[in-house]
Amino acid sequence: MSYGTQMLFILPELVLTLGSLVLMLAAAWGGQASTRAISYAAVALLIGAGIALAGPASTGGEAFDGLWRSDAFGTFAKILIYIASGVAILIAPRFFADTSGDDLRPEYPVLMLLAAVGMGMMVSAADLLTLYVGLELQSLAAYVLASFMRRDQRSAEAGLKYFILGALASGILLYGISLVYGFSGTTLYSGISAAYAGTKSLGLLFGLVFVFAGLAFKIAAVPFHMWTPDVYEGAPTPVTLSFASAQKVAAVALALRIAVEAMGPATADWRQIVIFASLASIILGAVAAINQSNIKRLLAYSSINNIGFALIGLAAGTEDGIAAVLVYMTIYVAMTLGSFLVVLQMRGADGQPVESIASLSGMSRTRPGLALALAMFMFSLAGIPPLFGFYAKFAVFDAAVRAGLFPLAVIGIAASVIGAYYYLRIVKTMYFDEAAPAFAPSESVVEKGLIAASAVFISPAGYLLIPALSAASLTAARALF
Amino acid sequence: MDGFPILSLMLVVPLVAAVACLFVDAKTARLIALVATLVDFVLGCLLWANFDQNPSAPQWQFTEYAPVFGRFAWAMGIDGFALMLIMLSVFLMPICIGASWEAIEKRVPEYMALFLLVEVLMIGTFAAQDLFLFYMFFEAGLIPMYLIIGIWGGANRIYASYKFFLYTLLGSVLMFIAMLYMSSVAGTSYIPDLMAYDFPAGVQTWLWLAFFASFAVKMPMWPVHTWLPDAHVQAPTAGSVILAGVLLKLGGYGFLRFSLPMFPEASGELTWLIFALSAVAVIYTSLVALVQSDMKKLIAYSSVAHMAIVTIGLFAFNQQGIEGAMIVMLSHGLVSGALFLCVGVIYDRLHTREIARYGGLANNMPRYAILFLLFTMASIGLPGTSGFVGEFLSLAGTYQVSTWVALLCTTGIILGAAYMLYLYRRVVWGEIKSDDVRVMPDLSRREIALLAPVAAVVLWMGVYPESFLAPMRADVATLLERVNRGNPGSDSKPTAGKPAAIAAYEARVEEVSGHGEAAEGGEAAPAAAHGGGH
Repeated sequence: MSYGTQMLFILPELVLTLGSLVLMLAAAWGGQASTRAISYAAVALLIGAGIALAGPASTGGEAFDGLWRSDAFGTFAKILIYIASGVAILIAPRFFADTSGDDLRPEYPVLMLLAAVGMGMMVSAADLLTLYVGLELQSLAAYVLASFMRRDQRSAEAGLKYFILGALASGILLYGISLVYGFSGTTLYSGISAAYAGTKSLGLLFGLVFVFAGLAFKIAAVPFHMWTPDVYEGAPTPVTLSFASAQKVAAVALALRIAVEAMGPATADWRQIVIFASLASIILGAVAAINQSNIKRLLAYSSINNIGFALIGLAAGTEDGIAAVLVYMTIYVAMTLGSFLVVLQMRGADGQPVESIASLSGMSRTRPGLALALAMFMFSLAGIPPLFGFYAKFAVFDAAVRAGLFPLAVIGIAASVIGAYYYLRIVKTMYFDEAAPAFAPSESVVEKGLIAASAVFISPAGYLLIPALSAASLTAARALF
Repeated sequence: MDGFPILSLMLVVPLVAAVACLFVDAKTARLIALVATLVDFVLGCLLWANFDQNPSAPQWQFTEYAPVFGRFAWAMGIDGFALMLIMLSVFLMPICIGASWEAIEKRVPEYMALFLLVEVLMIGTFAAQDLFLFYMFFEAGLIPMYLIIGIWGGANRIYASYKFFLYTLLGSVLMFIAMLYMSSVAGTSYIPDLMAYDFPAGVQTWLWLAFFASFAVKMPMWPVHTWLPDAHVQAPTAGSVILAGVLLKLGGYGFLRFSLPMFPEASGELTWLIFALSAVAVIYTSLVALVQSDMKKLIAYSSVAHMAIVTIGLFAFNQQGIEGAMIVMLSHGLVSGALFLCVGVIYDRLHTREIARYGGLANNMPRYAILFLLFTMASIGLPGTSGFVGEFLSLAGTYQVSTWVALLCTTGIILGAAYMLYLYRRVVWGEIKSDDVRVMPDLSRREIALLAPVAAVVLWMGVYPESFLAPMRADVATLLERVNRGNPGSDSKPTAGKPAAIAAYEARVEEVSGHGEAAEGGEAAPAAAHGGGH
């Protein structure tokens, strides 16, 4: 295959990389004044990258001697990643202008783009080193983004915490990779898969455990979740939004690909790890969220809880299961984007952001539309029908039941009732309690439009998308097997 | 009516009205809600009028099928059971709106929208023919009820709303896993297909228990009934009416639609469990009702006792039992709904549900006293009212299976008479004790308009129950045919006796006709007569 053809396979990444480099130069010359223009240009680039996905980038197959795979699975994940990154860029200027007193600096959209490139590499990598480079590119961008509000102590703390724990996670992952390489003699997924299919050695098993521990860090699954609440709370809300949506999708997709493509023959071995992480995340995410008073921390625990449910699909280990995880992540992204967009609307009379759950008190009377939207997101996250979040749980539990994992399904769904409690608490605060001072009104049409769009997506109308969604997710999942 | 999606239309009307309510003021919202519920009632009447009751008619009528959701379908259709329960829902709904006309003052548009949403979900639950569509409607009902109890409820509303939501959710999720298993094994989620699918007996037990977890909570059966008194007491009047009138029927409907026909063997094996819990429920909750000082709580406990009569009837495995159970459900829906309305009437005047605060209402509220008396008698099961028909059939059916359970559950009728008459005596008879009670005006025209239709139907069902039994007869037969193999049989094993009177009569016949072989004929004839008698 000619080098030019292979370049077509990574066209979306090329568009984003070159685009972000150009934008960085523009930012250097344009300075602060160019922020808005660069933001819009960045969104345009993401859309361009999305269009570039249509070609060989989603059907090409292996490229660069097996280091890269362009397939439907990667495309599915990248679409979600680009959408979520685009939203994170769009909502940022207003947030920073209102919050820190500082306007947004133009590096923000550039860093988001670089993170998107890294995430694209993560989900398309077919080699442990490609994966690692992508992961680090994404992580380094994320560390800077987490501490983007320089004058805010919490933001700085979040960045530092994220950096230290993220570095630790990378170390663990790299250690696992080195073990796997040492005992299989290759870093290519295909070669590793062959090694696991052959005689099992203790070294390979150890490698697997360390790789999964590193991945658990990245997807914030219990017991490697402890950085999540602090980072989510401290980071600027648009950044948190991208952590909870784009990054989550990338990390989960990465985990799926490694589990199936590289370590598929060892399914019986990693299934135990996944089942434990899944149930522990569901239960801890639910119980720990109950006493939170900060909405962003609550959403952080909610994301841990949701990752637990997504992992149920992975535990099944079947095509159905992987497709279910993709469906879950799609719906999860919509719910998360919606919830964080509502959090962005929470501003006191002085325009400063408010994050306490108590401030939502009686919002159904002061801001009925917003309260309705948040209530829908909460019921949807709790998985109560007829909202679309129910179908997400439907898909993963269906896969688990088909794979015969009854105890996992029963315990998981019973624990979801605990989770329902804290989602209900938000609804109760908004609908049953006496009205607190109203939030400052918002003029942003973009934010309102995005909230409305996510609300419609997770409303019962979303069920009409099921045929398309399941077809797409199944095609994507088949690409791994 | 063939091919016209009347069931979907019945869902769309209140749904559209619910959305419309959110954008208008209180007065218009009330009107929209009333009109929408009345339209749905008319549609319901059309449904009943066009329902083919012939035994040869197809079991499922007004079917719609659109596989728009990929993994499951928009499948609608009703049989006689569903028809009757839908009629109950659409009949009670305008009454609920009327009952909230003046009682609800704050946030009226949202209130009306939520009630209309409840109506959509209830009709959907009864009409759904796809397992997962059923589950969605069934579970979604939690959201509006949670909000209704939580926003417009009494002092302890938040605790009650949480308890209601989480209790019922925990019950349902296990059923959901069972549903996933069933659809993956049977390869379909279409309810009529599943009703004909034979699961292995060992699996049936587990599935049955998972469904039982959900329906027992919804029903509610002892000992998982404790959410009910809390929810009832805290809910606004119309909320209690809908809870008692329709939402409690979801459990019974579930047993009828899922547990019995899908798991007949398991139903037979576990009948003892149902019987034991029901017998305890009847006696225990009746005794608890006897000592309540809060009117709503008393009626809530009586609901648990009545629902136990439903469950024993359903698991009697014979025609009387199942028909009786259905009639008890319909009757209880009307009667307890009306009783909650009666409580609401005096609550609106005095703002207390303490029984001790009232007394002597017959003096200044004679019309109220008459209607309340009628519903009290119907609740006790006086012949001529709907309560009698249902309880009699249900207990008669149970008697054929288990004399002991029938005996224990019949005490419920006596205890029911005790607590209801005691309630009536304390509230309506006697002297007026305080001035604020003395000035309470009698029923307004609106209140009469709410209670009179219910009273009429209660008497109709009591005097001519055939109208309500006829649509269900073919379905009961189909159901019995299906579940008969799980029939645990009767606990009484009567042996053919040799009654002296018949033998003597036969002998005399022989003598008169002058036959020589009198002894032989005398032996055979009574035996034949006995065989026919069992």
